[in-house]
Amino acid sequence: MTTAVDSDALRATQRPGDRIFSTSTLVAGSLILAVLAAVAVFLIVQSVPAFLAVPDDFDPGVNNFWGYVWPLAFGTLWSAFLALIMAIPVAIGIALFISHYAPRRLAQGLGYIIDLLAAVPSVVFGLWGIGVLAPMLQPFYKNLVAWFGWFPLFEGPVSGTGRTILTVAVVLAVMVLPIITAITREIFLQTPVLHEEAALALGATRWEMIKMAVLPFGRAGIISAAMLGLGRALGETMAVAMVLSPSPQVIFQLLTSQNPTTIAANIALNFPEAHGVGVNILLGTGLILFIITLAVNMLARYIINRRKAFSGAN
Amino acid sequence: MSTTIAAPLTNSLTAGKLPKHTSVAVLVASWLVTAAVFLMLQLSGATQGFNVAGTLVFGTVLYGVAIYLLSYFVEGVRKAKDRLVTALVTAAFVVALLPLVSLVSTTLANGLPAFLTPTFFTSSQRSIVGAGGGALHAVVGTLFITGLAGLISVPIGLLTAIYLTEYGRGRLARAITFFVDVMTGIPSIVAGLFAFALFSLLFNDPGIRFGFGGAIALTVLMIPVVVRSSEEMLKLVPNELREAAYALGVPKWLTILKVVLPTSIAGIITGIMISISRVIGETAPLLIISGFTASMNYNLFGERMMTLPVFVYTQYANQGADAQAYVDRAWAGALTLILIVMLLNGLARLIAKIFSPKLGR
Repeated sequence: MTTAVDSDALRATQRPGDRIFSTSTLVAGSLILAVLAAVAVFLIVQSVPAFLAVPDDFDPGVNNFWGYVWPLAFGTLWSAFLALIMAIPVAIGIALFISHYAPRRLAQGLGYIIDLLAAVPSVVFGLWGIGVLAPMLQPFYKNLVAWFGWFPLFEGPVSGTGRTILTVAVVLAVMVLPIITAITREIFLQTPVLHEEAALALGATRWEMIKMAVLPFGRAGIISAAMLGLGRALGETMAVAMVLSPSPQVIFQLLTSQNPTTIAANIALNFPEAHGVGVNILLGTGLILFIITLAVNMLARYIINRRKAFSGAN
Repeated sequence: MSTTIAAPLTNSLTAGKLPKHTSVAVLVASWLVTAAVFLMLQLSGATQGFNVAGTLVFGTVLYGVAIYLLSYFVEGVRKAKDRLVTALVTAAFVVALLPLVSLVSTTLANGLPAFLTPTFFTSSQRSIVGAGGGALHAVVGTLFITGLAGLISVPIGLLTAIYLTEYGRGRLARAITFFVDVMTGIPSIVAGLFAFALFSLLFNDPGIRFGFGGAIALTVLMIPVVVRSSEEMLKLVPNELREAAYALGVPKWLTILKVVLPTSIAGIITGIMISISRVIGETAPLLIISGFTASMNYNLFGERMMTLPVFVYTQYANQGADAQAYVDRAWAGALTLILIVMLLNGLARLIAKIFSPKLGR
């Protein structure tokens, strides 16, 4: 027999302090959702004039908003793609070095050093890219075009300043390196020690152990880390705006002085002088960027959350 | 009876292995060989000057090939692959260090001259053409805007973290967690555009520029970082502490205020300082909504306001007649920024190290 318990009798007394406190935390939490919604709503409202803009509002040769935004969207995706191709192998290498190769005592300190890269402001990266990296890479580009010019991506004429999409991709790769490294490192460290020891006990070398135990365990994490890095690379503004010498068109060649620019860099360069419907057009491109990064980030978070053990939160 | 004469014993544990310091020796040897090649190129006049970077790069590549072949013939293919991967992984780490070292050293070298001029922290750029002047207006603007952003986002972020760890159950909490994570990925320029779109609609001013808008944009970027780091810290507080407080009849809100928060306050402060160091270097949103100016402005709610990152950008982008003076000031501004960020990061790590709760893990 179960005795019916009067549930009201067991309820804790609701003090005003409790009510106020819990309500304020709830409001703060909901405010975050409201802010994210507000970002979307205000961007949409302000970009409506851009979608309705007539050809006169654009540069000659561009008929509507989509014709304007397409080369920029291409440049954004292309530069981020190039950056990721360079960053992912290096980031996995660093993560493996810190988690499995470096002496235990040094490992944490080495991790901090890589994290320092994340702390450098992007405008400093821009300054460095244009002042140091571009002049340094230019002679290398010249040789690349001279020797491999037959390969479509490396077709000439070579840029005289080195301010090309490839330089931008190198800078972006350096900037996304810390975020990819931080996440992959955490996942590699979570590999069950028993799996690793079992592999070693069977006579595997260190590389075979990593191939059999660590990498399969971390695959989902590597993918989502790469996507978070992609989100960062897509939205990076100042480094691209400062380093690239832009021309808004779809070009695949990496080393010429004609380079596709990105949405974010285009906004930063043109916003201070924009007026009238030009402002709305730039806001419209910002909305497109917002949608692209939101989709990439949501997908990455979905993959991470599916394997909750990676989140580090528990 | 045949007697077998024992051959000198080989240590079966080390047989078929390369001696201990082989890899170091091979690495030095390959660098020397490449150096010799480059020296010959220099002497023959094919290249101008000795190519140090080329020596190190090609020497390291040569090391990879040499150690693989050596190990392949002595130790077999599996061990050879292992050595090759070790070389690659270590090289990846060194490659990542190069930009950091290069960046810090160039910033120091280029920034110090202007950084050390006495006027850099005592005057603004008002009516300055060419050399001279300073970045006081930018430093003040950065402190004002970042400070206000912190004032807004720390309470909201902290309360949200408390909601997520102490109160939140079910769908709303899951949604907030998910979208906070998504918000960390919002491009900074989109935050700036949002602040612009919001305030230009509110005040019906299509060319609006003021400091408060910059603070709002930074808030959007800062809140998710504060929430994430505070949440992690609050989760570290052992449940026994909460239960002990409840058992003594302490109400929940007082338990949180007097038990949970004091236990985790060091970690929370660390997280807040790291989030400040994250947003203090943001350029794009401030360029859009706070604009740039050469004068001092102490009013967050009116007129354009200069900030350090935007100062760096504008000094570089809009060089005047005496271009070198502008570039020098840009580097000095960059040096100031890096120093502030490193200081905040170092302080945060120090606080975390000294005051972190000692958990038995």
